[in-house]
Amino acid sequence: MRFSLAELMVCAASRIFDDEGEVLVTGIGLLPRLAASLAMRASNTDLLMTDSQSFVLSQPNPVSGLESHEGQANENWMGFARIFDNVWSGRRHALVGPSQIDRFGQSNISALGGSHQSPKVQLLGVRGFPGNSISHANSFFVPSHSRRVFVEGECDVVCSVGYNNDRLPRGYSFADIDVRSIITNLCVLDFNGPDKQMRVVNLHPGVGLEEVQDNTGFDLAVAADITETTLPSDDQLEMLNELDPLNARARQLKNNPAGIRQAEEV
Amino acid sequence: MDKLVSASEAVSVIEDGMTVGIGGWGPRRKPMALVRELLRSQVKDLTVIAYGGADVGLLCAAGKVRKVIFAFVSLDFMPLEPAFRKAREAGAIDVMEIDEGMLLLGLRAGAWGCPFIPTRIGLGTDVLKNAPDLALVDSPYDGKEWVAMPALKPDVSLVHATRADVRGVCEIASPDHYMDDLFVRAAEHVIVSVDEMVSSDYFYDAEVARRVFWERNCTHSVVHIPGGAHPSSSDPLHGFDVKHFKQYGELLNEGGYNAWADAFLGDSEPSYQSAVGGLEAIQSLPLPVY
Repeated sequence: MRFSLAELMVCAASRIFDDEGEVLVTGIGLLPRLAASLAMRASNTDLLMTDSQSFVLSQPNPVSGLESHEGQANENWMGFARIFDNVWSGRRHALVGPSQIDRFGQSNISALGGSHQSPKVQLLGVRGFPGNSISHANSFFVPSHSRRVFVEGECDVVCSVGYNNDRLPRGYSFADIDVRSIITNLCVLDFNGPDKQMRVVNLHPGVGLEEVQDNTGFDLAVAADITETTLPSDDQLEMLNELDPLNARARQLKNNPAGIRQAEEV
Repeated sequence: MDKLVSASEAVSVIEDGMTVGIGGWGPRRKPMALVRELLRSQVKDLTVIAYGGADVGLLCAAGKVRKVIFAFVSLDFMPLEPAFRKAREAGAIDVMEIDEGMLLLGLRAGAWGCPFIPTRIGLGTDVLKNAPDLALVDSPYDGKEWVAMPALKPDVSLVHATRADVRGVCEIASPDHYMDDLFVRAAEHVIVSVDEMVSSDYFYDAEVARRVFWERNCTHSVVHIPGGAHPSSSDPLHGFDVKHFKQYGELLNEGGYNAWADAFLGDSEPSYQSAVGGLEAIQSLPLPVY
């Protein structure tokens, strides 16, 4: 079956939850949420997920075409205050899309450029990133792998902790920090290089290492056993149709590129 | 005790330089009619604490704000609140930018009368660099350092509930009460706007009584304003007004605060409501689906 790049990324992202057991998964944004939903449906039915409002669900809601929260598979009430009880217990893995990521795995969603008093571009604010990153596993979803996202220096505003000795709080070690995986439109990365260096583990079909490195503002390690990203199975693609019946996933990446690059895109 | 007052009477307790906590979350169940009453007043130099949406954006745009204590200011479907963004990029306001959970802990400390609550949150991030008031403390029990999240104590908190009686027993029938109970408990003075007034026996129903998240002795004023959360939602009664938020964004970006105020604010809530299409239109806004 043909598949899109968005579908390839979603299926690759869903794998980060395979061995997580009973954690709360939170995918912020349509494709990350679809990835978390696919994992909960297909590969780890023990996962917990909310309705993005105030209930934990036994079955993920579709990411498109939902007309009402009536009749959804509620499992327990979980208002925002109670979310923090879960976050601080560490039983969560979030998949989020920051505006900047640096070589330490620190990330930024707060603001770009300028000063703290007067940023050049005000973004969201730090939101829950500081607490998430010191409490539980976090992975990143990057629709456009570029030097604008993978910045050369540190992030303009460091919202989440990474593997940075200079910022390590007293009494903490890298073992207390869990920046897990990064899924981009080019590849899959983790932090299992030397001294937790960011490392390429999978390349999407038709993508070369050089292209990944050229679009990254710092040096990447490369896994000894680097492989091509596993392609979506027919079963996975069918489940994506059920979880996203209106095919909103086709509108998330510019021009909805094919999962296997066509000649003119290479 | 009868605590029912008009919006203008209620907010008249708010003086220049006070700290105001505002309940709700982003575009959801914000006490917007009370905020509009502040916009119509002469008050200024406020410190605002909120999980911010257009409440924070409008108060900043109107020049009412000296400082915002926030983790985000967002309208969800419009991720970047247009007026807040402008005010920040102009360097017009001071901020204390903290994590969503730190805000919760600060309010809880305020409510409990603790000077601070220790937390890991913020360690290793620019939250500490950008808010130099945040102190680190040693733990008597481990060798780690901890952030001492200071108590946040609003002089006045504004929240919007679904229903109340005149004594200030308040029901929030929405799926989530957010941190409204903490905004209420941390504040010196609490003003609650509600969509509907009920008699006290309404709360005899145990299911209803479970939707009361603070005691009436925390509530000082009750203001009856059907549709008072508009353009934010008041689930289950109505959703948020996507169309108005978009118009608001366009007006703010093109003509600034005055363009929006001239078109919509009016001199009272009835004139605001008629400018946005009337109460019936507000009450028929569909509930959001996520």
